[in-house]
Amino acid sequence: MKRHHLGFALFAAWLCSLPLAADDGVFDQYRDLMGDDNPAVFVIDEGEELWFAPQGPESATLEACDLGLGPGVTSGAYVRFPRYFADTDAVMDLESRLVHCMTTIQGRDRETVTAKPYSLRGDFGTEIEALVTWLAAESEGAAIAPEQTHAAERAMYALGEEIFFYRAGPHDFSCATCHEQSGMRIRLQALPDLTSHSGAAEAWGSWPAYRMSQGLVRTMGWRLRDCFRQQRWPELKMGSEASIALQTYMAVNAAGGMMTAPGLKR
Amino acid sequence: MKCLTVGITIALSASMATWTKASDGIEAVLQNSFIANNQATMDRLERDAVQTACSAPRGTPLDNEMLAALREERLNAVVLPANGQYLGDWQRGAEVAGNGRGLQSSDDPTKPNGGNCYACHQLAPGEVAYGTLGPSLTGYGARGQSQAMLQYTWTKLWDTHAYNLCSHMPRFGAQGILTEQQLKDVMAYLLDPASPVNQAAE
Repeated sequence: MKRHHLGFALFAAWLCSLPLAADDGVFDQYRDLMGDDNPAVFVIDEGEELWFAPQGPESATLEACDLGLGPGVTSGAYVRFPRYFADTDAVMDLESRLVHCMTTIQGRDRETVTAKPYSLRGDFGTEIEALVTWLAAESEGAAIAPEQTHAAERAMYALGEEIFFYRAGPHDFSCATCHEQSGMRIRLQALPDLTSHSGAAEAWGSWPAYRMSQGLVRTMGWRLRDCFRQQRWPELKMGSEASIALQTYMAVNAAGGMMTAPGLKR
Repeated sequence: MKCLTVGITIALSASMATWTKASDGIEAVLQNSFIANNQATMDRLERDAVQTACSAPRGTPLDNEMLAALREERLNAVVLPANGQYLGDWQRGAEVAGNGRGLQSSDDPTKPNGGNCYACHQLAPGEVAYGTLGPSLTGYGARGQSQAMLQYTWTKLWDTHAYNLCSHMPRFGAQGILTEQQLKDVMAYLLDPASPVNQAAE
């Protein structure tokens, strides 16, 4: 493991030393060099440990947490999100389902567990990020197959589509501004077309991802929040209806694609 | 901070119980899903006529008469430079074109906004980090500096919807993203024969 750490550090230093003009071609080469090695492996281990760690006033692990396939079933659970849960009568994404389990099973305070779901630059990662990373890895190689059987799940998709095209803010930006065409880029950053199956599958299937430039694993919840920051909108709340709707829109467009997360990104 | 997290908690609990109310209106959903952060305030979620007309998901039937009237309205609202002088300093314009900051919650509101032209357009051939969402503007100055060309380019920067309703481009003048002087500087960056935009690649 130590050797891995050093190797990643060297690669990271090399990558950061590249000029700004390092385009996706160079990054693809880098990704090939890395092969199956991804610094996210350490975050995966951490997430697994957290799942089995007794926490909260109940001193309970998350093993009783039902991610949709039954209590404690983690393999293949992530690719079915977002999905409807009868016990909360709501469509939930993985992040908000984890919060639900932390509060109901471990007896933890919702305010505390949702206070800081995503790391700031320079942090070492949060509990939510680690758990999501491990659970995504528990679905690695599985087909993306979000539920669309309950009326609430279909309503979430329709809402997500409506929000995707909603233009607002001083720059008139919507999600569609950057993500409704294929083969486009911002500066040198390639943009997936999230209205297409292939673009949505590539994007949805590769998050959470280890961001080399930030030295952190980022979740889809963070990715959406940061998109809205760049859209000049207010801040998207974790687990909010808009967040879950947009994730449903992406996941359903991606259905049938392969979950390759945790990904490795510039 | 406590208020903020309590707010999040309440909104989170509310959003879990109210999925059936999605049809109540997207505005209400958004009001419950976002929170103000620095200069990115909640009123930014309210749409004007252009934003509403241009938010139709793909395949939605469009009311072409309404759209034509809206475009005309935007054209009539364009404010041309007060002194009739369109061209500023291309060197300052280059800075505006390369600056992607401004109006984000993470930006310092006391610093000038950027135009971020390079995010979407190719301009000077020496800059390789350009986006492709908009057309290449390399060599734009070859179009000349006739009064019609100056006014056309100004209008495009001021309010793109005056010519191309529902274009992806921001309304740099009409929305107050750039100042009149910054717009003049960008005009010069595009049109001045000495600007790198109008030089051959090295």
